[in-house]
Amino acid sequence: MSDQRLGEFEEIILLLVGILAEEAYAFRIGDEYATQTGKISSIGAIHATLSRLEQKGYLKSLQSDPTPVRGGRRKRIYRITALGQRVLDESRQLRQSLWNQFPGFQDLSFSYE
Amino acid sequence: MSKPSEDHRPPLLAMRFLHWFLRNDLEEEVSGDLLEQFRQKLLITTLFRAKLDYWYQVLNYLRPFAIRSFALSFFMGMFKQNLKISLRHLRRNGSLTWINLGGLALGMMATLLIALWVYDELTYDRYFANYDRIAMTMQNQQFGDHIRTWNSQAMQLAPALRDQYGRFFEEVVTTNYSQPHQIAWEEKKLIRTGNFAEPGVVKLLALELMSGSASALEDPSSVLISASTARAIFGGEEPQGQSLTIDNRMQVRVAGVYRDFPKNCSFANWTFIAPFELLSTTEHYRERLEWGNSWFQVLVLLNPAVTLDQASAAIRDVKKNSINEEYATRTQPKIFLHPMSKWRLYGQFKEGINTGGRIQYLRTFALIGLFILLLACINFMNLSTAQAETRSREVGIRKTIGSRRDQLIGQFFSESALTVLLSFILAMLLTRLFLPLFNQVTEKQVEIPWSSPLFWIISVGFMAITTLLAGGYPAFYLSSFRPIRVLHSLKRPKAVFSLRRILVTLQFGVSIAMIIGTVVIFRQINYAKDRPIGYTQDNIITIPIKSPEIMRHFEAVKRDLMQTGDVQAVAASDVKMTSTYTTNSGFTWDGKDPAFSEEFHTLRATYGFGALVDWQIVEGRDFSEEYGTDSLAFILNETAVKYMDLKHPIGARVQWGTGEDARQFHVIGVVKDMITTSPFEEVHPMLYVLHYGRFIHYLNVRINPESSAQTALTAIEKVITSYDPDNLYEYQFFDQEYAKKFNDEEKLAKIAFYFALISLFISSIGLLGITTLVLEQRRKEIGMRKILGASQKNLWLLLSSEFLWLVLIACVLAIPLAYYYMDSWLAHFAYRIRLAWWIFVLAALAVVGITLFTVSFQIIRAAWQQPVQSLQDS
Repeated sequence: MSDQRLGEFEEIILLLVGILAEEAYAFRIGDEYATQTGKISSIGAIHATLSRLEQKGYLKSLQSDPTPVRGGRRKRIYRITALGQRVLDESRQLRQSLWNQFPGFQDLSFSYE
Repeated sequence: MSKPSEDHRPPLLAMRFLHWFLRNDLEEEVSGDLLEQFRQKLLITTLFRAKLDYWYQVLNYLRPFAIRSFALSFFMGMFKQNLKISLRHLRRNGSLTWINLGGLALGMMATLLIALWVYDELTYDRYFANYDRIAMTMQNQQFGDHIRTWNSQAMQLAPALRDQYGRFFEEVVTTNYSQPHQIAWEEKKLIRTGNFAEPGVVKLLALELMSGSASALEDPSSVLISASTARAIFGGEEPQGQSLTIDNRMQVRVAGVYRDFPKNCSFANWTFIAPFELLSTTEHYRERLEWGNSWFQVLVLLNPAVTLDQASAAIRDVKKNSINEEYATRTQPKIFLHPMSKWRLYGQFKEGINTGGRIQYLRTFALIGLFILLLACINFMNLSTAQAETRSREVGIRKTIGSRRDQLIGQFFSESALTVLLSFILAMLLTRLFLPLFNQVTEKQVEIPWSSPLFWIISVGFMAITTLLAGGYPAFYLSSFRPIRVLHSLKRPKAVFSLRRILVTLQFGVSIAMIIGTVVIFRQINYAKDRPIGYTQDNIITIPIKSPEIMRHFEAVKRDLMQTGDVQAVAASDVKMTSTYTTNSGFTWDGKDPAFSEEFHTLRATYGFGALVDWQIVEGRDFSEEYGTDSLAFILNETAVKYMDLKHPIGARVQWGTGEDARQFHVIGVVKDMITTSPFEEVHPMLYVLHYGRFIHYLNVRINPESSAQTALTAIEKVITSYDPDNLYEYQFFDQEYAKKFNDEEKLAKIAFYFALISLFISSIGLLGITTLVLEQRRKEIGMRKILGASQKNLWLLLSSEFLWLVLIACVLAIPLAYYYMDSWLAHFAYRIRLAWWIFVLAALAVVGITLFTVSFQIIRAAWQQPVQSLQDS
């Protein structure tokens, strides 16, 4: 088990990167974050988290081709690394194990995978 | 992307700012993202909001990961470094740092306290929503050659104003003066200060009613009480509708509760408001009071369309037109309006013209405050500069090893900023510490306005200016040195010397003036305190008579009191012997000039009053029960004899009143002048007359000096309450009442004393700084002189005389100013000291002494030093 835990915000950002795939760059992630959670976050805050996750090795990034929409500027597309995948998985397993021990939901059966 | 949004661009300044701080490698992606965000915003909102959002996004990129390295070091690294060096520097110069810091902090504290006080005075009465439209009616009246001004009016004035000049006013309200009254509810009795006023007062004061209706006072059996009164009487119970008894005579029902007035307003002691109508019917005012009885206040609320001057000019003759011709020509009454904004600070009138008032003290102290702050700042700059000069070599070394000039400038500025900041924090702590004392001395309740933005803006602005001024010289001047010059040559750059001396002289001038001021104020107070009073105050108490039962059974009360054994004498009077402010006119006597408009202070008393206060008869005799005619007799004081120009006062006939009311009196005695009003005033012409009727308000009792005061007071209470069980028993000692007359002056004396101390202390600090600097610069000279045979005494004389010169010049400048100022202050008092020459000499000597002490300390240290040390190291 990795000793590095993910913060909630970090976890959501990681997941959003996975969901958005080729579209996973700061502005788009922020946009999606707003639609999915209903909360607003500045691009700077998203960017800071992305760069921190990249430093930790959960994400890698590359620059896309220039797009006319952005005045010919390139964007930085993020992808989840294998380590990132594993941390996400650990985080989910921890949650599931906790959910399973929660008596009120014993009889509800969820199937994962 | 729709076409129009293509034309809009994000705010240029924000883009530039972003470009300035953002890491280069992030530039492209971030500006792309932000542009996309901007365009998306444009689709759903206005251009302005999109731009605002862009700014928001840019500012949100001010995060460590995104800021380019130079910017990071600019914000953090350099500051950290500077801070560290500054702290080291401050610590190295231990005592000097503390002196510098403490001096500035003390100056800031003094100024802050004065500023808070001035602010509190300037905002006096501002609480009222109608502040600009409220005014008080005043009247000028002719008395002989003089015009007197007062704010009391006849009860006929308000109706006349309403009828004849109604268009000028929204409200005209008669009120009594706020006085302590007994309020009883069921079994509970307490004394509250409150007033009687006409119903319009609710609107005039824009009373904040917490319950009840604005028209409550229309009903003469209602009362409005303040929230604090409600709490004091009812505790937790609902006050509305409860019945109360005021002074055992007036039944009222609580018709509303209003929010308490703040402390700094003229109405602070109105803790209840009862209808004026109620007072007037209870006391039968309508039947017995006329235009001549100026007993009340009349307040007005001006019509918004009317200016104060218009209304004031219009109502001038309202009284004159309503009274008989003889009275009108004799007194020439002129009514005018005094606006609320001037009540507090401009309350003084001389010959009918406003001559200022409290504002003069305010200006003086504001000036002193500014001066102290200026002195503290000058010192601070002097000392910082002095210290910095000894560091020119450090600057040389720094430059040699590659320091840039802007770095040095930053270094010096952060040093002074740090000191200023520390001083400010210290000043705040000191202020908090001394605020309770200050409030006690000034009888105020000021607080530091922590939450006021203005306060912080001024504070930060002040700190910035001081930092710039104190750090400016070392920052720009020292950093400009060429390293080769400072390191090579022994000569240090010449300092701005003469300016510094002028400043130190100025400081001492201020200190000397303040010392003189303080001594004069204290002497004046003591002089008035030592003034012979002319009668005895020891062991005498005054008991306000609250029930007619006491005077109805006066002889019995007297007998019972004497029987306690604790009482030596009992007599009743209409006013307190310590404040005989009742005046009467309408007297005629043989040889009186018919045009002379006379006025006497009068005191009505029972037999035995003279013996009780132990007055000194100089001619004739005291009132005595052996003569049947004494009820029509006067006793005059010496001033009255002079005033009436009586050659043979005893037996002189005096007529009081005119026409049917006229009564013939004769003078039976003359007493020595006594101080019965203000100890600072001249003694007024005074008439004493026997009286047992309705004017009697006080019982005066002399306690047997053999008895303990406590037992005597309890015994007296027992007797009084047996005749008047309904009212609370109260008493005052004569001497305590008299001591209160010095309150204002003593307050002033204390404030002047404290600020003189602070000013002196700050001056000494300034002197200490300049001595240190001078000695530092003349170290080699001192060394040489010693080698050439100068003794320590020679050196001391040589060096200290230089500073003494400064003090002497300061004396020459300060003494005439202080003389002029204190002379005009003393002119306020009829009974005053002369400005003796020794006060000035004393102040000068004190300052010379302090100078020598401060300077000698440093000089002796320098003179003791081995010349070899000072000459060798360079």
